[in-house]
Amino acid sequence: MNKIPNRQAICETLMSYAKEDKHIIALCSDSRGSASMTPFFNEFPEQSVEVGIAEQNLVSISAGMAHCGEKPYCFSPACFLSTRSYEQAKVDVAYSNTNVKLIGISGGISYGELGMSHHSAQDIAAMSAIPNMRVYLPSDRFQTVKLIESLLKDEKPAYVRVGRNPVEDIYSEDNCPFEMDRATVIGELDGKNDVAIVACGEMVRPAAEAAAILKEKGIKAVVLDMYCVKPLDKGAVVKAARSAELVITVEEHAPYGGLGSAVAVEVAANCPKKVITMALPDDHVITGKSGAVFDYYGLNAEGIAKKAVENLG
Amino acid sequence: MKKTEFDAKALTIKSLELRKVVLDMIMNSGGGHIGGDFSVMDILVTLYFDQMNIGPENMDDADRDYFIMSKGHSVESYYAVLAAKGFFETETVVREFSQFGSKFIGHPNNELPGIEMNSGSLGHGLPVCVGMALACRKENRPGRVYTVMGDGELAEGSVWEGFMAGGHYGLSNLCAVVDRNRLQISGTTEQVMTHENLHAQIESFGWHVIETQGNDIAKLHEAFEQAKTVKDKPVCIIANTVKGYGGGEIMENKAAWHHHVPTREEYGQIIKALDAKKEEMLHE
Repeated sequence: MNKIPNRQAICETLMSYAKEDKHIIALCSDSRGSASMTPFFNEFPEQSVEVGIAEQNLVSISAGMAHCGEKPYCFSPACFLSTRSYEQAKVDVAYSNTNVKLIGISGGISYGELGMSHHSAQDIAAMSAIPNMRVYLPSDRFQTVKLIESLLKDEKPAYVRVGRNPVEDIYSEDNCPFEMDRATVIGELDGKNDVAIVACGEMVRPAAEAAAILKEKGIKAVVLDMYCVKPLDKGAVVKAARSAELVITVEEHAPYGGLGSAVAVEVAANCPKKVITMALPDDHVITGKSGAVFDYYGLNAEGIAKKAVENLG
Repeated sequence: MKKTEFDAKALTIKSLELRKVVLDMIMNSGGGHIGGDFSVMDILVTLYFDQMNIGPENMDDADRDYFIMSKGHSVESYYAVLAAKGFFETETVVREFSQFGSKFIGHPNNELPGIEMNSGSLGHGLPVCVGMALACRKENRPGRVYTVMGDGELAEGSVWEGFMAGGHYGLSNLCAVVDRNRLQISGTTEQVMTHENLHAQIESFGWHVIETQGNDIAKLHEAFEQAKTVKDKPVCIIANTVKGYGGGEIMENKAAWHHHVPTREEYGQIIKALDAKKEEMLHE
């Protein structure tokens, strides 16, 4: 079992680059522990800014620093970062086009026992609706490193959501195919498939496991790891949909405005196929640790496989 | 940038003339926020023509001074001052302001030269400036960071997050100005949301506070000079102004003129009032 959560992978990546690049700044809103950013704050005090519990200030200060040539990585629980400081993300980051990377930690239902106030099941929809804002949900620690390395090279706004808990590895140190803004294909995109499963973030691992279950049943599935929800890899979506009879999307998000909506739009416009969107309910999410909550709503390998079987002709 | 000698009379006349440009923009477009434009104009003229090291020739120099127009709805006065400073042509902004497809949007647009960040949504300028001041201090840059807020804007909680962080970090390179004209859309600021203890409130956040007459360029000059001598603290200048200042009896100190578009007759009366004030200055 992997013990390194994606947030820790972000900290380690930023630390390795911050030694050389003194413009890399980490900002936290009393969230350095939750963000796994304490080592960064300890080693690079001159490149660290604490703003206290003030998410609006966090984002605006980051934007001001970016405008003056710094490279801010702005950490706060995704639930607060994506809604409490939504206007600052819209105006000071996206509209003013500042090089701010918003890192939403403990995303989705990571804080499963803490209630709706601490869930971020709207962040993909909210952030995706802002022009000039990119939205990324990396699946495992290896992909997280590749994503952050790629974001360090550009100067555009982005929102990244990661969960709180370690997730099982999908890739490895030596085998983590990654091209910026292109989905990673698990399985075969060329040729014929029965089902195309498009997933992001923590849902990629169960999607890959579902493909293995389906294989045993003689059902061929391809999985798209769509860490880039915006800009969506439309080409991969259309290709995957064309290769299959059925498309299933899986996300740790409300059923509206997330990955499922984006995929359905592309499929409907380019190669109409049945699209099943699997997501959290449009309701108050049941209390529990995230794994138990995923199981309850069928957001696990068995649930995804079952959905495929039910919906295949 | 070459520093010119301070001349309060010349700047006051410039400020009165620039109000006419504002008037032309609003008459031509049929919209704008004239009351706040006229109250803030002297603050902007003092900043751009006396205080700040910023102009078209050094707008990409990291060591420049930085300015954010937090009360972005007073964009007409901001555009008029930037045009006078040479960032773009006055004729262009008067002709294109708020027109279809124009870059001269009804709130500051940083696709235009001279505008650092977009604003319009209130309560953003100060926190953004805290970030700029932190960055300038980190890089040992000489530039100072300025913002102008409206007094109605101070009801936004994010303003106080900015005051809190500015004081916490002791940002002596940061200067915030409050255009204290005491009026907002719905009436007086004291009726809508009181700021009667504003001086003490801001001071309690660890700021040095200076109160001055915000429609008196000589007094503003003194306040900004004093602000530069303050160590280890940011400075807030509460500039007591009159909404609609310079436009004469018909518009001065009247909440209804927040975004009133003058009739032709009112236009004539305002021009007359501005010219009378100018005459007064010339013969002082």
